[in-house]
Amino acid sequence: MTQPRQERVPAALGILAGLGAAFFILPLAGLLARAPWGDALTALTAPETLDALRLSLVASLTATAISLLLGVPLAWVYARVEFPGRNLLRALTTLPMVLPPVVGGIALLLAFGRRGLLGMFLERAFGITLPFTTAGVVMAETFVSMPFLVLTVEAGLRSLDRRYEEAARTLGAGRWTVLGRVTLPLIAPSLFAGAVLSWARALGEFGATITFAGNFPGRTQTMPLAVYLLLESRPEASFILSLVLLAVSLAVLVGLRDRWLGSA
Amino acid sequence: MKRCVLLALAVLSACGSVPAPASPDKLGGDLSVFAAASLTEAFKAVGGGFKAAHPSSNPTFNFAGTPTLLTQLQQGAGADVFASADQPNMQKAVDSNLVAGKPRVFATNKLEIVVAPGNPKHISGLADLARADVLYITEAPDVPAGKYAAQVLAGAGVKPSPRSLEADVKGVVSKVGLGEADAGIVYVTDVRAARGRVSGVVIPDAQNVIASYPIAELRGARNPAAARAFIDYLLAHGQQTLQGFGFTHS
Amino acid sequence: MSLAAEVGLQLGRLRLDVSLAASDAEVVALLGPNGAGKTTFLRALAGLLPIGAGRVELDGVTFEDPLRRVFVPTERRPIGFVFQDYLLFPHLSVLDNVAFGLRSRGTGRQAADGRARDWLERLDLAAYATARPDSLSGGQRQRVALARALATDPRLLLLDEPLAALDASTRAEVRRDLKRHLASFEGIRLLVTHDPLEAIALADRLVVLEQGAVTQSGTPAEVTARPRSQYVADLVGVNLFRGVAAGGLLSLTGGGLLAMADPTTGDVFAVVHPRAVALHRQRPEGSPRNVWPGRADGVELVGDRARVRVTGGISLVAEVTPAAVGELGLAAGGEVWVSVKATEVAVYPA
Repeated sequence: MTQPRQERVPAALGILAGLGAAFFILPLAGLLARAPWGDALTALTAPETLDALRLSLVASLTATAISLLLGVPLAWVYARVEFPGRNLLRALTTLPMVLPPVVGGIALLLAFGRRGLLGMFLERAFGITLPFTTAGVVMAETFVSMPFLVLTVEAGLRSLDRRYEEAARTLGAGRWTVLGRVTLPLIAPSLFAGAVLSWARALGEFGATITFAGNFPGRTQTMPLAVYLLLESRPEASFILSLVLLAVSLAVLVGLRDRWLGSA
Repeated sequence: MKRCVLLALAVLSACGSVPAPASPDKLGGDLSVFAAASLTEAFKAVGGGFKAAHPSSNPTFNFAGTPTLLTQLQQGAGADVFASADQPNMQKAVDSNLVAGKPRVFATNKLEIVVAPGNPKHISGLADLARADVLYITEAPDVPAGKYAAQVLAGAGVKPSPRSLEADVKGVVSKVGLGEADAGIVYVTDVRAARGRVSGVVIPDAQNVIASYPIAELRGARNPAAARAFIDYLLAHGQQTLQGFGFTHS
Repeated sequence: MSLAAEVGLQLGRLRLDVSLAASDAEVVALLGPNGAGKTTFLRALAGLLPIGAGRVELDGVTFEDPLRRVFVPTERRPIGFVFQDYLLFPHLSVLDNVAFGLRSRGTGRQAADGRARDWLERLDLAAYATARPDSLSGGQRQRVALARALATDPRLLLLDEPLAALDASTRAEVRRDLKRHLASFEGIRLLVTHDPLEAIALADRLVVLEQGAVTQSGTPAEVTARPRSQYVADLVGVNLFRGVAAGGLLSLTGGGLLAMADPTTGDVFAVVHPRAVALHRQRPEGSPRNVWPGRADGVELVGDRARVRVTGGISLVAEVTPAAVGELGLAAGGEVWVSVKATEVAVYPA
């Protein structure tokens, strides 16, 4: 056997670890056991489901794109620029990670709603209202998911050997060339991991979305909202949809670990 | 490793079946009441009165949308009493063999149009909900309130286009209260509970529906005596409290 | 072509104050111990570290002059920089690494690739064009780094410890190649090293940097013949003294007198080669004019010679045969007599 010696598991540790694992596995097993597989196809191809799935994909991918556009510069500033209040600002912008999403939704209403700080102005000046729109869904998802990207990319930037950027500058590369051809490619794993994590978070977003954007099929009803509302009328269908979300998330997490987070 | 997992599962299942300690006072001990979300404020008050009458009792409440409660009960949630916001969901509970005895209606509720404080959009009746300048939201059709609202609107021949189908009445009330929506249809009791933050526009009885709230002791009750006592208390002494919150007697 | 640099800056505890002029006629090596500020000086020339005072000028064009608020950013200085660990871009192929500078400076993709291929050819790397840097050997990486730096035709080539990342077995070969490539480059060549052998092998002129200041400069022969600091004396392996000479006697700064044959007077350095130091069990009779008692403190074998550290009125290192160590019973330390002929004390002005 060329395998390294297997560590012996102390009994107490094994029991607790087993309990810990069972705590996560049992609920999933429950879903699998109770899902009405016979109706799966019907539930999955129902127009409502397809609407919710389409909206979920469009909104979560848009949210991820916005997170990349705004989050990467934000991460760059956090990693590279020293300014007073930086830690406070970082804490504020990562707050949605720990905030109950419903609170996030209320905060969004107070800022971008019809009576919100900015929303009032948006409506008066441009006639734009964000609540109850798909744009509102994207905003709610961006709000809760962007912090994952910012933190991941900031960590990537901090662990980057900046002398590569200096080497590029001695070769005549200006600021943007350095960013595009050296910095971003070198932190590609962090960028990718951050984008996928934030996308997965956006895909599962519920509380902020229903609070800020409401629930309307085809417009603001994403998969998690559909799951929640179906639970009240047709629980079996909601089990199926839950499994779809679950499978997507699982695939993302497993793929991410193997490819980018390095498997031990 | 396999042994460890099996052991862990054994420990888990053992934990699940620990029996509740028997109480000397039959009305004492924990009493778990699953009640529709629209009953939240009223039942908290009724619970206070019940505890004053039976000091050794300890009523606890689980408030949620009625279908959610029903799902929880069907999945084996331990409860003594179920108070539903409508008859069909109670009937489902009966059909699922969850109920002991016969459900009894303890209160009725009516619908009302909820608007921003002072009614700035001058909404005077159901017909105004279809106005282009009125942002109307309602509850999802699977929620009892949403179903009633649809009935009311159909009866009046009004076809507004809702911008959102909220998951519960609280969602409608809070969005109207925050000014994000102009109007919605909710229970009279909800408008009253949010007094100050929203105003109500009465729906005439001719157009309105009467929502009946049935209550029943559950078959799996751990404390059946207290469950029966609570229901009796509600039907007798609780009526005044309920009326205070805008419910009407059946 | 000429470089004129006066660099004054403070970096942490290091105070750097260096004045250096160089032309394309010679390869200059900046030699000094770790922490002397060699790399800092290179980085300042490259504009990676702003200078606090002074001036950097190449061919009459000012790169940096804090007083006149002139600062040309790194990417606009016509330089090539070979970093100590090369810093080849790990996500780019060898060819793309070498073409990077040309592409950054606006050369089209095809032209840049073509010239990069020429450079790979010149450095015997043509077979590795599509390889990733991490699949190359240390010596190959060094050549890629050199090709990358040279591909933009810089006028000033800066090399930071170009051989330090290599293991001893390949160093000699790579050093030979590097010397050849440096010779064919038509610009100013400035390299930094802490290895005297490397400096002597590659450079026409040495500049010794210690604690942020230049202590000595000249051809390798000049520097090794006349060390002006303990650091250089240690590198060369000689005993260095400082003192005041007058009337054939040298009064040492640390105390003690040495007789010398040289007529020089004034503030001087004196060098005594360890081989010129004789050790005896008894006080020697006869001609040596410099005789004093001391104590053998440690013996170190270097090749077929033994270096004995002697403390006493004047402390120094003597080099004797291992046989003599046995005869004198020095292995365990002990009292010895030291003698140095006056003609063996080489003196030059400080």
